[in-house]
Amino acid sequence: MNLFDSLASASFYAVLVGVLATATLTVMVRNLFHAAIFLAFTLIGVAIVYLFLRAEFLAGIQILLYVGAIMTLVIFAIMLTSKIGDPQMPQSNRQGIPVLMALAAAGVFLVSMILKMPWNAALVIQKTDAVELGKALMGEFVLPFEIVSLVLLAAMIGAIVIARSDQ
Amino acid sequence: MENADQIFVILKRSLMTWAGVFLPDWSLVFLSILISIGAIAVFGPVTMMYLTLLERKLVGRIQNRYGPNRVGFWGLLQPIADGIKMLTKEDIIPEKADRFAHFLAPVVIVIPALLIFSVIPFGRGMVAVDLSIGLLFFLALSSTTTIWIFVAAWGSRNKFSLLGGMRAVAQMISYEIPMVLSVVPVLIVAGSFSTVAIVEAQSGLNWFVFTPWGIAGFLIFFLTGVAEVNRTPFDLPEGESEIVAGFHTEYSGMKFALFYMAEFMNTFSISAIVATVYLGGWQGPWLPSWVWFFAKTYALIFVMMWFRGTLPRLRVDQLMGFAWKFLLPLALVNLLIAGIWTEFKTPANNIVSSLILFAALVILYWANRPEIPKKRVYRYAYADE
Repeated sequence: MNLFDSLASASFYAVLVGVLATATLTVMVRNLFHAAIFLAFTLIGVAIVYLFLRAEFLAGIQILLYVGAIMTLVIFAIMLTSKIGDPQMPQSNRQGIPVLMALAAAGVFLVSMILKMPWNAALVIQKTDAVELGKALMGEFVLPFEIVSLVLLAAMIGAIVIARSDQ
Repeated sequence: MENADQIFVILKRSLMTWAGVFLPDWSLVFLSILISIGAIAVFGPVTMMYLTLLERKLVGRIQNRYGPNRVGFWGLLQPIADGIKMLTKEDIIPEKADRFAHFLAPVVIVIPALLIFSVIPFGRGMVAVDLSIGLLFFLALSSTTTIWIFVAAWGSRNKFSLLGGMRAVAQMISYEIPMVLSVVPVLIVAGSFSTVAIVEAQSGLNWFVFTPWGIAGFLIFFLTGVAEVNRTPFDLPEGESEIVAGFHTEYSGMKFALFYMAEFMNTFSISAIVATVYLGGWQGPWLPSWVWFFAKTYALIFVMMWFRGTLPRLRVDQLMGFAWKFLLPLALVNLLIAGIWTEFKTPANNIVSSLILFAALVILYWANRPEIPKKRVYRYAYADE
């Protein structure tokens, strides 16, 4: 049985290394389209991590929404931006230092939050299935859920108003 | 009878017992996994090869000719000849192509197509992994195909490829929404994502397609499925009369074959999933379970090929209008119908939900009636005034 455990943790760490490698490539490559491809691989890798943690529903939703829908939007954005396919295009602008400062502030905040969190790792990983998630969304967290759907509805109506041709 | 039903399960078990004689215990788990993976890895490509032959034969019949009949009896060796031809062809990469994207797309596009096979229940007890998210797994994997089609189109640096890729992205995003919504009624009734549990919920002849919400859901799911695999009449991304071959214009040899393989394997898996979800999967009287499963799947594949032989390609506005103005509202109404069907008692629920379905169809048909624009009057365009 030990063999399987060690194999499972070895493959888990292999997936983690893969996620980190593709994430690094996403920000390192000069070609924006290649960066989008690596981002897709990163998101798939995160879904596999969810599978390892027995959050199967979340893994499926991760692929369906992030890889299926959001990556397509990213690709649309790349496609509709002119001259972006040209490999000679510089991929950076002169705002490097402000961006670095903002990111550093966000990083410090996130790290301090992570350090504050008491990580009570359960020995047995609890399985959360779609039924429990749905009950939680419709019971305990019904207010945030409704607010999010209202925001999305407002965004949708706004998009329609903007896209509508004025007569 | 029992043996015929479980023939593949018994075959695997006896293989395991035989191997258990001289292999250590720990390796048997790997062997079991290997047998399942091997069966799928062989089954997928072989199915694809013979689907091409079946399609050529059937379309040939529809067009009143024979189809391939030179290589082997009934042309049965034709797919093998085609495979060898594909492997020996020159692999051409355009000079200006994005080599990385051009290479990556055909390689990756086959992976989701093969992975989907692992959650298809081919018969009683014949599923590679009974994932608790089986159906969601299928939906998630089939949604990733869009990206690789677009990567292929972009990487080719060809106007026709890019046009085909744009059409593919627009079409697949639009049809994904009614597709996902059309299976939600099944989840409400079966209470599980697992494909095995969904089949077991349709025991006997209680197939979901025989309920009011089931027939609507079945038609939406099947039509959106045909659109998702880019088959006629939804094959605008590769419309050869307009844009050469669409996203795979610049592909030759084995890379082209990989696209073709993904398309045909998706054709099979979408038919199999539709049969599993709405037509009762392997449930059926008398015959062994896997015979029922393959009969239903191939019946749906036959309908798809029949479409190809008889229907012309849709126009872009018809394609988009059909998805957004007809299928999507119908899928949403179908959720309500399924909810009512589960809440009410037996005779009342069928009547009420059929009435709602009928009313929804009438309203949608009326709302989608073809609009004849008024004759335009140009105020300044007439020269002789």
